[in-house]
Amino acid sequence: MPEHASRSARPRHRARSVATHTVLVAASVLVLGPFFWEVVTALKPFSETTRLPPTLLPHHWQWSNFSKVFDSLPFGRMFLNTALVTVARTVGQLLFSSMAGYAFARMRFRGSGLLFGLFLSVLMVPGLVFLIPQYVLLQDLGWLNSLKGLIIPGVFTAFGTFLMRQSFMALPHEVEEAARLDGANPWQIFWRIALPLAKPALLALTILTAMWSWNDLMFPLVINTDPEKMTLSAGLANLQGEHFTDYSVLMAGSLMATAPMIVAFILLQRHFIQGIAFTGSKS
Amino acid sequence: MTSTAAQQFTGRAARAARATRRGRRPGRRRERAWAYLMVAPMTIGLGVFYLWPIAQTFYYSFTSSGPFGGHTWTGTDNYKALADDPTVGQAVVNTLVYTGIQLVGVPLAILLAALLNQQNLRGRSVYRVIFFLPAVTMPVAMAMLWRWMYDGNYGLVNYLLSTVGIQGPHWASDPAYAPYALAAIGIWMSLGYNMVIFLAGLQGIPAEYYEAARMDGAGPVRTFLRITVPLLTPSIFFVTVLTLINSLQMFDLAYMMMSTPNAPAGNGNPALPKVRSIPYLFFQKSFVEHDIGFGAAVAFVLVGFIVLMTFIQFRLQKKWVHYA
Repeated sequence: MPEHASRSARPRHRARSVATHTVLVAASVLVLGPFFWEVVTALKPFSETTRLPPTLLPHHWQWSNFSKVFDSLPFGRMFLNTALVTVARTVGQLLFSSMAGYAFARMRFRGSGLLFGLFLSVLMVPGLVFLIPQYVLLQDLGWLNSLKGLIIPGVFTAFGTFLMRQSFMALPHEVEEAARLDGANPWQIFWRIALPLAKPALLALTILTAMWSWNDLMFPLVINTDPEKMTLSAGLANLQGEHFTDYSVLMAGSLMATAPMIVAFILLQRHFIQGIAFTGSKS
Repeated sequence: MTSTAAQQFTGRAARAARATRRGRRPGRRRERAWAYLMVAPMTIGLGVFYLWPIAQTFYYSFTSSGPFGGHTWTGTDNYKALADDPTVGQAVVNTLVYTGIQLVGVPLAILLAALLNQQNLRGRSVYRVIFFLPAVTMPVAMAMLWRWMYDGNYGLVNYLLSTVGIQGPHWASDPAYAPYALAAIGIWMSLGYNMVIFLAGLQGIPAEYYEAARMDGAGPVRTFLRITVPLLTPSIFFVTVLTLINSLQMFDLAYMMMSTPNAPAGNGNPALPKVRSIPYLFFQKSFVEHDIGFGAAVAFVLVGFIVLMTFIQFRLQKKWVHYA
C-alpha cells in the first residue's frame, strides 16, 4: 500500500478487519460450541448433566462413560466393521470407477453412449429407490447381516465413474499416444500413464467415498440388524434407543464414532477442502 | 544404440500412421476388447444393484406384497391410496418446508465465504477448518448432540434462553418447534460445505474486476452486489441444486431426532407427523410396516419431486446464471 494512502486508510481498514473477525469468531463459536458441549458432557457423570445451571467443565471427570458404551454395544466390533467397509468400498470404487471412466473417456466401443446414459440415469435417481430390491437381492443371496452385503453394492458408483471420466478427458492426449506408438496395450497406458495423472480426482473420490461410507445410515440400518455386523451409525441409533436420556454415554459414543473422520479431516484438511471444491467445479 | 532405438521407434510410428491412413489402426479390435473388459465390472455391478432395482421398485409400486412374499398386480391402487393418505401429503409439506429453510442457509454461506476471501485476512485456513467441521462428521452423531442441546429440561439451548428470561420449549418433541429445530441442524451442518464451494468460486473471480470497481469508487457493499454476486452465480446455481437434492432426501437427522425408546421409528414422538420427511415415510412403510408396494410408490413420489425441482432449476438458470 502506498505511504500516503495508508495513513488515512488505516483506521478504516482496522475497523473493517475488527468487524470481519467479530463475525467470523461469533460464527466459529456457533460451530464449535456444540462440539465443546459434546466433549464436556461425555466426561460428566449422569447426575451432573441434569444440574441447573449446567457446569461448564465437569466437577467430576467420569471417564467410565466411554467404557459404558462398550458395555452396551459391541462397539469395538462396530468400529472395525465400519473401517473395513469404508476401506473396501473406497478401494473398489477407485479401481472400478477409474477403469470404466477411462474406457468412456478414451476408448471407442459400440454402445458406449447408451451405457453412459444408463450410468447417468443412476446418478439422478435418489438412493432410496434402490433400497427395496437391494434388500430383496441380498436376502436371496444370504448376504443380510454380513459385511459383504454392506460392501459389495457400495463399490459400484455412477458418480465415481462420471468423476473419473471427466478427469481423464481433461488429460492431454500426447503422452498416451506416445506410449501407444511404443507398443503399450490399453491397460498399460491406463494403469501406468493415465491413472497417475488423475491423482486429484482419485483423491477427491477417496475422500467423498470414505466420508459417505463412514456416515451413511439408511442402508446399514436396513441391511444389518445383528449388532455384531453393524456399522457405527446404526450402532449409535441403537445406543440412543437404550440410553435414552443418559446423555453422557450418548455423547461418549458419538464422540468415539466421529473422532476418526474428524482426525482424518484435520490431518488432511487441504485435501478434503480441495476435493470438495474439485467436485464442485467439475459438476 | 540410440539411433537404432530411434529408427525402430519411427519405423513403428510410420507403420501406425500408414495403418491409420488406411482407415484402421492396428489393434482396433483388441482395443475394443480392452474397453469392454474395463467397463464390465462397473456395468455388471450398477446393472445388478442399481439399474435393475429402479425397474423393480417401479414394478413393486404397482403391486401389493403378501405376508409371505410374492407380489400381486394391483395397478395404480398404491398411488390412489397414497393420494388419499393425509400422512403422505403432510410428509410432502414437511419435506418442502425443510428444503425451503435449507435454501436460507445459502446466502449465509456466501456471506461467510466473502468474509473469508478478503485479502490479507489472518487465520483464514483456521476459520475454514472450523466451519467445515460439521460437514465431515456423521449426521447421526450430530443429531444426537443437538438433541441433547435441545433437551427441554437440561439442554444448553434452553439454559441460554433462560438467562435472558425466555422459557424454551421441548424442541425435539413439540410439533410447533421440532421442524424448525431440525432445519437449524441441517443448516448448521451444510454451511461449511457450501462455503467451501463458494470460496472456490470467489477465488476464480479475476482481481482486475475488483481493481476496476475500486477505481470507480465503489464501496464494499456495492462491489459485492454488482461484481461478486453476478460472477458467483454458477456456484450459487450448483449449491442450490445440491441443497435441493440433498434436503429432499433428508433422513438421518429426522430419524435420530424422532426416535423414542423401544420405538426406533419414532412413533411415540408427538412431533413426528410434522417432522416426517418423504424418505422417512418410505423407510417406515417399507421396512417397519413391510408394505413394500406402498413404500415403492412413496419412493417414486420423491423421484417426481426431485425431477420437477431439478427441471425448474435448469429452466430458471438461463435467467439468472452468468457463465463467464
